[in-house]
Amino acid sequence: MAEALALFETADEPAYLAGGHTLIPVMKNHLAAPDRLIDLRAIPELGGIARRADSLRIGAAVSHAKIAASPPVRAAIPALAALAGSIGDVQVRNMGTIGGSLAHNDPAADYPAAVLALGARVATDRRTLAAEDFFEGLFGTALEDGEIIRHVELPVPAAAGYAKFRNPASRYALVAAFVARAPDGAARVAITGAGSDGVFRWAEAEAALGAAFAAPALDGLTPSDAQMLDDIHAAADERAALCASMTARAVMRPGRASIF
Amino acid sequence: MPDITLTVNGAPRRAEAEDRTLLVEFLRRQLGLRGTHAGCDTAQCGACTVLLDGRAVKSCIVLAAAAEGAEVETVEGLSRDRAAPHPVLQAFEAFHRRPCGFCAPGMIMAAVDMIRRHGEALDTATVRHELEGNLCRCAGYHDIIRAILAAAPTRRPEGRRPRERNATDAADKLRPRPDHGRGPGAVRDG
Repeated sequence: MAEALALFETADEPAYLAGGHTLIPVMKNHLAAPDRLIDLRAIPELGGIARRADSLRIGAAVSHAKIAASPPVRAAIPALAALAGSIGDVQVRNMGTIGGSLAHNDPAADYPAAVLALGARVATDRRTLAAEDFFEGLFGTALEDGEIIRHVELPVPAAAGYAKFRNPASRYALVAAFVARAPDGAARVAITGAGSDGVFRWAEAEAALGAAFAAPALDGLTPSDAQMLDDIHAAADERAALCASMTARAVMRPGRASIF
Repeated sequence: MPDITLTVNGAPRRAEAEDRTLLVEFLRRQLGLRGTHAGCDTAQCGACTVLLDGRAVKSCIVLAAAAEGAEVETVEGLSRDRAAPHPVLQAFEAFHRRPCGFCAPGMIMAAVDMIRRHGEALDTATVRHELEGNLCRCAGYHDIIRAILAAAPTRRPEGRRPRERNATDAADKLRPRPDHGRGPGAVRDG
């Protein structure tokens, strides 16, 4: 870890590399030309999955495939394992990492929804950030220059579900909802793919599900069109409607990733 | 230029390459292993699939430098024993008789990975799901799926003596059309 930080400090335009499944395409498109790539995969404290008393700790360099197949993840937060198993394809899941995905904060990525809905904490080489403080808009995070994510600490919920409506061409989430019910009954709903400012919590749905954790509690609720992305893939009102239906689907099938 | 050292198909290999060299380029140019194909170059098509430390990856999106010290398996490694090619090669020979074949090296390596992970539990639904990362532009998917299932070990009823399985057994069972890909009606299931 110290070596990686030092290598970052001494280069002009360095970049960290984990699975490379975002950075290498970006470099191929000439959108980035780092003069030094620092491969983080072999740093021991970035690996591993550990079940702790009330949470799961997942190292930043753990691949989607390992999370999908991990017995502790499948036991504690099966919806998270299923989410990981729905990313990209087999080859992508073998290389892509949770830390890389979070650091990139693609507005259509899957993990940000889970991390935000579960109220996870992101630990870096220098501090620990609550999920609310970590994600900043589209492709933005609170990470400082050179900061490295160590691991993500995810509180184990009483129940959680994920539902994703895929863009049929890119297979990324057009809209996806991660819903979690905490042991005290409080509900959290995070939506990815839809928001014009990136991943967001849907407060109205949380209040409704906090009162009754069942799909009918959501009847008539739709987030405002004004906060939705609006592009060639889907209009704002379509995305708003999908937020409602994906949230309901996630509630109806807890412990699963329902893919549409 | 730095040296990159890795194991390819069981043999230690070393070659110089520019830092930016992708694993697929390194295999094809530096090592002369042209079985691995570079298709889309955007990690969509899967023609460049190889096994990196035992896991299927798209070698157009992995830097050769990131494979330093790793063990790489490519399609060439499946035919090292000419007298007894790998069962997946035999099955593709029997079923995937497409004129193009461009996707085949990637399909074959994805199949090897699938069969190793699932063994006897491999079923049609799993094959279909896990072939998501490999595109065949001739749309020969049905035959590819048949080939993968034929190459996988099969469950046998209790008490029956297991016997060696090869593509000939599979061919007997599933009756591939010998002129598939050439004769009339060849693309009907494509």
